[in-house]
Amino acid sequence: MAFRKNQASLTAKEKRDFVNAVLALKRAGRYDAFVSTHNSFIISDTDNGERVGHRSPSFLPWHRRFLLQFEQALQSVDPNVTLPYWDWTADRTASASLWDAGFLGGNGRSSDGQVTTGPFAFAAGGWTLNVRPDSRSYLRRSLGSAVAALPTRAETESVLAIQAYDAAPWNSSSEGFRNNLEGWRGVNLHNRVHVWVGGHMTTGMSPNDPVFWLHHCFIDKLWAEWQRRHPGQGYLPAAGTANVVDLGETMKPWNDTTPADMLDHTRHYTYDTGF
Amino acid sequence: MSQVTHASELTRRRMLQGAAVALTAAAGTVVLGVTGPAGGQATAAGPEASDEFDEVFKGRRIQGRPVQGGGHHHTAGYTVLVDGEELHMMRNADGTWISVVNHYQTFPTPRALARAAVQELQGATLVPLA
Repeated sequence: MAFRKNQASLTAKEKRDFVNAVLALKRAGRYDAFVSTHNSFIISDTDNGERVGHRSPSFLPWHRRFLLQFEQALQSVDPNVTLPYWDWTADRTASASLWDAGFLGGNGRSSDGQVTTGPFAFAAGGWTLNVRPDSRSYLRRSLGSAVAALPTRAETESVLAIQAYDAAPWNSSSEGFRNNLEGWRGVNLHNRVHVWVGGHMTTGMSPNDPVFWLHHCFIDKLWAEWQRRHPGQGYLPAAGTANVVDLGETMKPWNDTTPADMLDHTRHYTYDTGF
Repeated sequence: MSQVTHASELTRRRMLQGAAVALTAAAGTVVLGVTGPAGGQATAAGPEASDEFDEVFKGRRIQGRPVQGGGHHHTAGYTVLVDGEELHMMRNADGTWISVVNHYQTFPTPRALARAAVQELQGATLVPLA
């Protein structure tokens, strides 16, 4: 059973093993498919058309399935690796150990946003971007430049307190826990973190930055926390909703997994703590 | 009455009525530039969408114009070019806009979206849409 930990509590060896597994997937040509899949969904998920990965109720189960697939890929390289999560309510600055050269590397440089430290720096040779929005093939970050502050613990608590999972019209204009967590409405948690990191994290090809997985692992953990706090609530919508993945309908691109299948994460992994 | 309300009402009408929904909302309301359930029909309207522009911003030529129906990338009912290359963009239910390079923050108009893309590109060229 996989055990997912806070990145801040990983040992130096655990950080090294995670990074090495990510680099191995990249080297083997297996990483970029995750970037392509994410982008193809993000550009086709629309508020008034079919929507699976984003701006819709299945945002959370879709990314849970997506992260499981990535974690399994990592484990095919190193069976002891699991996804760590980044609690951005606690590790809130560009000087957090998350951004050390021994883990994900630091901020982009001011001239062009290029990440120049750590294992994902272009000059290190192991991280050339192939699936990308523009001509630049180096990883970029711009920590804290487009939005001043990461979401706070109080803001996160306010979203966890929302009763209903989601609401019609089941898109970026919905009320409910999912859309407030995703960030199109309310205090804005998930979207804001993408913008805070900046660079490739603001694009549809955001998995080019490995911090994508640590961010989404925390989003996944917050979903589990919401479930624990609201045992009487559940995934919505239940059935019969056009363009939206109902509880028992399968999700593209896998076509074998429903939101119902993803509700109990403890079948696949557990987290070290509650929120 | 805000555009947010219009968009929500329009969406609910679609949910209720299924695929055969007229893009024309009730009399007196504004028809927004939204994509139909089939994914192909895009009706561009509303004050921002009719706002064509063609300007040089920070050394890059940006152009924007409404498009009718059509192309598989034109789900926004509008197209923006940066130095002649199409920027993938999308309209949100509340009438705001996002693009492939700014996918997690919203902009009030296509022109603001195009300028933000120029800032983000820092001189780089967009990869042509597949």
